[in-house]
Amino acid sequence: MSSFWSWYITILSLANILACVWLIRWTEKKRPGESAAHETTGHSWDGLEEYNKPMPRWWLWLFYISIVFGLIYLALYPGLGSFKGLLGWSQYSAWAEEVESVEERVAPIFSRYAEMPIPELAEHEEAMRTGRRLFGNNCAVCHGADGGGRIGFPNIANNSWQWGGEPEEIRQSILEGRRGNMPALGGALGDDGVEEVAAYVMTLEGRDAPEDLVSQGQERFETQCAACHGPDGTGRQQLGAPDLTDGYWTYGGTLEAIKTSIREGRQGEMPAQEELLGEDRVHLLAAYVYSLSAHERDNEEEEPDSDE
Amino acid sequence: MNHSVIEKNIGLMAVLIALVISVAGLVQIVPLLFLSETTEPMEGVEPYPPLEFAGRDIYVREGCYNCHSQMIRPLRAETERYGHYSLAGESVYDRPFQWGSKRTGPDLARVGGRYTDLWHEIHMLNPRDVVPESNMPAYPWLAERTLDGDSVASRMRAQQRWLNVPYSDEQIEEAADEVDGKTEMEAIIAYLQFLGTAIEPDR
Repeated sequence: MSSFWSWYITILSLANILACVWLIRWTEKKRPGESAAHETTGHSWDGLEEYNKPMPRWWLWLFYISIVFGLIYLALYPGLGSFKGLLGWSQYSAWAEEVESVEERVAPIFSRYAEMPIPELAEHEEAMRTGRRLFGNNCAVCHGADGGGRIGFPNIANNSWQWGGEPEEIRQSILEGRRGNMPALGGALGDDGVEEVAAYVMTLEGRDAPEDLVSQGQERFETQCAACHGPDGTGRQQLGAPDLTDGYWTYGGTLEAIKTSIREGRQGEMPAQEELLGEDRVHLLAAYVYSLSAHERDNEEEEPDSDE
Repeated sequence: MNHSVIEKNIGLMAVLIALVISVAGLVQIVPLLFLSETTEPMEGVEPYPPLEFAGRDIYVREGCYNCHSQMIRPLRAETERYGHYSLAGESVYDRPFQWGSKRTGPDLARVGGRYTDLWHEIHMLNPRDVVPESNMPAYPWLAERTLDGDSVASRMRAQQRWLNVPYSDEQIEEAADEVDGKTEMEAIIAYLQFLGTAIEPDR
């Protein structure tokens, strides 16, 4: 703030306060020629007359007290131009202090959690309650409050993983983000090609499709798709190429959706969280995400053939 | 002078009332019109590129400000959720500003880069598809309507001429071709992704 504006604000503010003092004193005093207290003002409306009483003292004192309060406030807090106030308070320093004091309290908790291995942390009840809050604030908007996902945003509460479901892989996905790249193959395959490959992909998951399309599709799949999705269609998590046989479809499993995916490609993006949340919180989130699929993982271990 | 002089002269009384009332404005508002902190852009803050600029007009047209503020206050709870508090120098090219005061939906001052373009698109078409609890209306027509490049360019011209927004003539000439025919959806997403990204995403 330039010194002109600083003085402008200071002088106007103080002058205004002084003017208040003057106004109160001016109105409180009796002037020559004015009728004495308890007499009437001399106004008369249809015989109704008006007393000329002074303002009650308590009221008058309230005015003086607020003036004194105002002056003390302006001395202690920033208000008069660029004068910082005797307390040195500012909304920014108040914010910084609060952030720091909370961080001091919670950072040790997060760093303690960060030292625990993810699978162990995923069973830590208190940590998971915190994880749930973090998830709600930062992840639920896309992945859903229960991690169940939406069309276009993967379900992370089941055991079908595009980028790998090992604790370290989940952590990596959150920390650095992921960028899927399914190229648009509509041009290379042509409309018929898309139809055939889609039919074949349907059978990978065990659904029915017209025989002739499927055999054509299989050939095309082996040349165009197998490099990423694998010859058997089970995908490659290092590349983020999803498993096409497990019945879970990020972009929808209808014939139409599968055809769109093949024709136009899909460029899914998981934004990196490292800068926003820091490593310790990401570690806790990874554990929380890991815990979401614990149920399915256990089931699979017990009955390897089960659907769930 | 006596009370009665003022009380019996309504014109004089009006003048004096106006004078007293204007003091607060003179002290609190007038200096802000001249301070460099509030009138000059911060480092890294640029005028809206054409598509973002068009998106901003759509934001205003659809009344997004009725439910979304663009002003993160320096309170821990806010900065924890939305990011660094807003700074005056960030919104010097916002004419009019979109700070708002009502948050039926979340603050958007730093929504840029938080979600992907696809998320925004789905969300605009039907917010319930990504956030089941959302009570935000759907804006499906944004995907159908397209921008008129000349209209965008002339609005940029007006900002340059009357509001001193430092667009170069070149930028304005290219703007028409750049945005012509793009959908309003593209524009508003570009605008949202631009919000709050001029300064470091320090939370």
